[in-house]
Amino acid sequence: MDLKLDHHSEDNLTIVDVEGEIDVYTAPRLRELLIDLVNKGNFHLLVNMEKVDFLDSTGLGVLVGGLKRVRAHDGSLELVCTQERILKIFRITGLTKVFGIYASVEEAKEAHGRDK
Amino acid sequence: MATVELTFSALPAHVRTARLVATAIARRTGVAEAILDEVRLAVGEACSRAVEAHRLHCPGEPVRIELRDDAGRFEVTVADAAPSEDVTPQVLEANGNLMPEIDNLGIAVIAGLADDVEVLPGPKGMRIRMSWPASPHGIAAL
Repeated sequence: MDLKLDHHSEDNLTIVDVEGEIDVYTAPRLRELLIDLVNKGNFHLLVNMEKVDFLDSTGLGVLVGGLKRVRAHDGSLELVCTQERILKIFRITGLTKVFGIYASVEEAKEAHGRDK
Repeated sequence: MATVELTFSALPAHVRTARLVATAIARRTGVAEAILDEVRLAVGEACSRAVEAHRLHCPGEPVRIELRDDAGRFEVTVADAAPSEDVTPQVLEANGNLMPEIDNLGIAVIAGLADDVEVLPGPKGMRIRMSWPASPHGIAAL
């Protein structure tokens, strides 16, 4: 399955919906989107990965790169993910300590609201 | 022992094909459904690393995969032709301020997924061999 990307803004938060496979072939598209969003002043990103079928280290690298960019602007990049197969790769690499990972968009929005 | 060999041009688009082939053969070999995702991810990581290495050093050379049904184990070897130095698998430590290095992250992921991994770097290329338990009476001979 290819990669589908969509995004919209709610208050101060930009929600990026990702669907499909994030790998060495498709990850550049996600990287471009994240860079574009940051360049346009969107510094608080929430990446919804509930419809991601596959994620590899290339995808992790893109997310880490995105986090680096938003943090340069005192921003945030957090994730929504409940799929065990996707969470496993975050655990293996220790990245659960780096990203805020939420069970739903609503939960993430609440946490983001508390942090504002 | 039965073997399937696959070679593909070092293009990112072909990594998905390699993952699908490896997963299909793992299933036929009798690898448990619960760990097929791990096979898919580990083979994808190894192939992605090989493709990136070839694009830097030898874009015209193909990447080679061997998939073996070997006495109750499903073994995959991904071999590239790009010169490589020693690689140490590392699990990242990170705090709120320090961003992790992502070099060798693919190798770290493979080490975390396969219960038997061997990484053999060398001047003529790297071989990553990994294996998983399979039913001794796999669904079918390869």
